[in-house]
Amino acid sequence: MSDRSKLTFWLLLAPLLIWLLTLIILPHVGMFLVSLREKVGVREYETGFANYAVFFNEPLYWNTFARTAYMSIAATLLTLLIGFPIAYYIAKLTRGRSKTTLFLMCLIPFWVSELVRTFGWMILLRETGVFSNLLQYVGLASGPVEMLYNDAAIMTGLVYTSMLFMVVPLVTTLDSLDDSLIEAGYDLGASGFAILREIVIPHAMPGIVSGCIVVFMLSLGNYLTPILLGGKDSLWFTGLIYSQFITRFNWELGSAFGFLLLGLSSLIVFVGLKLSRQSLGKTMAQ
Amino acid sequence: MSETPDLECRDISKSFDDFKAVNDVSFSVPQGTFFSILGPSGCGKTTLLRMIAGFQEPSSGDLLIKGKSVLDVPPNKRPVSMVFQHLALFPMMNIGANVGFGLRQRGVNKTDITKQVERVLERVGLGGVAERPVSSLSGGQKQRVAIARCMVLEPDVLLLDEPLGALDLKLREHMKIELKQLQSEFNTTFVYITHDQSEALVMSDQIAVMNQGVFEQVGTAKELYYEPDTAFVAGFVGEANRFTAKVKGSAGGSVEMVTSDGQTLHGLDARRSLSVGDSVDIFVRPEAVRLSRNQADVAAMGNTGQGKVANILFNGANSQLILRDQTTGAELNVALPQTGEFRDLARDDVIHFGWEQQQTRVYLADGEQTDV
Ligand SMILES: Nc1ncnc2c1ncn2[C@@H]1O[C@H](COP(=O)(O)OP(=O)(O)OP(=O)(O)O)[C@@H](O)[C@H]1O
Ligand SMILES: [Mg+2]
Repeated sequence: MSDRSKLTFWLLLAPLLIWLLTLIILPHVGMFLVSLREKVGVREYETGFANYAVFFNEPLYWNTFARTAYMSIAATLLTLLIGFPIAYYIAKLTRGRSKTTLFLMCLIPFWVSELVRTFGWMILLRETGVFSNLLQYVGLASGPVEMLYNDAAIMTGLVYTSMLFMVVPLVTTLDSLDDSLIEAGYDLGASGFAILREIVIPHAMPGIVSGCIVVFMLSLGNYLTPILLGGKDSLWFTGLIYSQFITRFNWELGSAFGFLLLGLSSLIVFVGLKLSRQSLGKTMAQ
Repeated sequence: MSETPDLECRDISKSFDDFKAVNDVSFSVPQGTFFSILGPSGCGKTTLLRMIAGFQEPSSGDLLIKGKSVLDVPPNKRPVSMVFQHLALFPMMNIGANVGFGLRQRGVNKTDITKQVERVLERVGLGGVAERPVSSLSGGQKQRVAIARCMVLEPDVLLLDEPLGALDLKLREHMKIELKQLQSEFNTTFVYITHDQSEALVMSDQIAVMNQGVFEQVGTAKELYYEPDTAFVAGFVGEANRFTAKVKGSAGGSVEMVTSDGQTLHGLDARRSLSVGDSVDIFVRPEAVRLSRNQADVAAMGNTGQGKVANILFNGANSQLILRDQTTGAELNVALPQTGEFRDLARDDVIHFGWEQQQTRVYLADGEQTDV
């Protein structure tokens, strides 16, 4: 490489490097250092893993952590289950105009902010909300029904928020599936289910995995939806981190929690990739 | 051979909105036949084949396999298999799983599947590749895997949609012979569609020439070549010099016609259906024209003339000569005999040519057919 092209190379890479360094690496290094500080007295600190020990000794933290993980996994699976037929319909059963329209319809919810969207759900689900009134009107319920502040409400919100991020990669991969492969499957005597299992899903696997990773990360790190739809007792781990930083001014513990969440998401994604026999490179390349 | 044909179509039609892609097609294919459907692009071949496979429903007509109507049978239950134009091998499975796919759907047990897959792969000359991925095969090998994948199911009829279209010329020539061999080896009925006449002529027992949704003629390669029923078949199968002309006189079964260039040609009117003044299309095969350096050799033929060599298209055994008629200036393609006699023929040489009356094929121009 000549000096000149070397220079071009570094100049082109610079924005990415600066972005990585200032926005990802530096804050994390800082946070990690903060998380290792133990408060022994007023403005007296020692280095150690005491903050992490607090987490492991307090069942509330533990449970919230586990609950956030399995709720996020459940939300991811539910999104996949609902998103797959939608994506299949858009990619394989529609053509031209209606395809574009349907695709845009998945996008519409994202034209308003997450806050407004979540409030929308609250208007529907609260005690004096649309659903409650409707049930009373039809005569299925005798009094007001509170549908907010439970796990189902959180789940609904999470799935709703994540749907697009599942549908887009799925449509992309399913689009690239040659129709003649499906026809060949039928021709060789396969049932619709066998074709789904042996041809469609294996082909869509990179899309499924990348969609799942994104949705899982989004759910795990979601703050607004669990708090608003799940109420004060939603017990979402991001809520805990928030309260350590903002309410308790305990940055040390908050940082430790932040690192634990990072470790958890990395671990679950890793296990997911291993289970689906996909590699991160392959998944992101599609 | 059994009495009932393996495949029978009765007045099959398919319309898309107002457009009739396939129009009242009827034919039957006896067991073990290599049946080709030959036609130009867009004539409805794929549509017809997809109806037989069950992917498209005929607008009208009936379809019988081994004497039983299959109109209500979904594609995954029909005893036909299809080799797709781009083969449609499953890239997510290895070769063995591809070939075993159909057996797996039938619930055959694993050890039997492995055995049968290996046997059929050996028959197509690909023993021992079952564990390899599809992408490791060459074009011709993929072709054979696609056929093996169908043949392992022992279908009554195998449908092939221009399966050689994606291969290069050399391989295509090779696969033609191989396909024919595989067909006679498996002794299965093949329905093969193509727009390449040499594929159809070389491989088929029976050929149907299709044009704009209808069958123009069904027959053996020889019949189509020597006795085309319609002007379309005469022009599409094999090469031909084509003239448009008007009938000038007819006497005792022989007609005299004048082309638009003013050339007078003679042909036979076996059906006596031509009358003076009719517009006709005339076809003369380049290989039917005899060349000679002295006039006496061709003098006895029904059509004679003298031409100047306008061009020599040398292509080994398929070399052609373009002659320009001395009197009218009309062009005529003539096959160059490879006997060496005309080796020193050069441009602007003048030579005599002639062909027999029965080699002139005459068809009424408005599409109505007439045989010589
Ligand atoms: N789903 C469809 N809707 C409307 N028209 C169609 C449809 N499928 C085919 N056609 C039309 O029917 C005609 C025949 O198509 P078909 O695919 O059978 O042609 P083909 O003989 O197989 O041609 P090729 O050699 O190019 O494959 C074409 O004019 C095509 O435009
Ligand atoms: Mg076609």
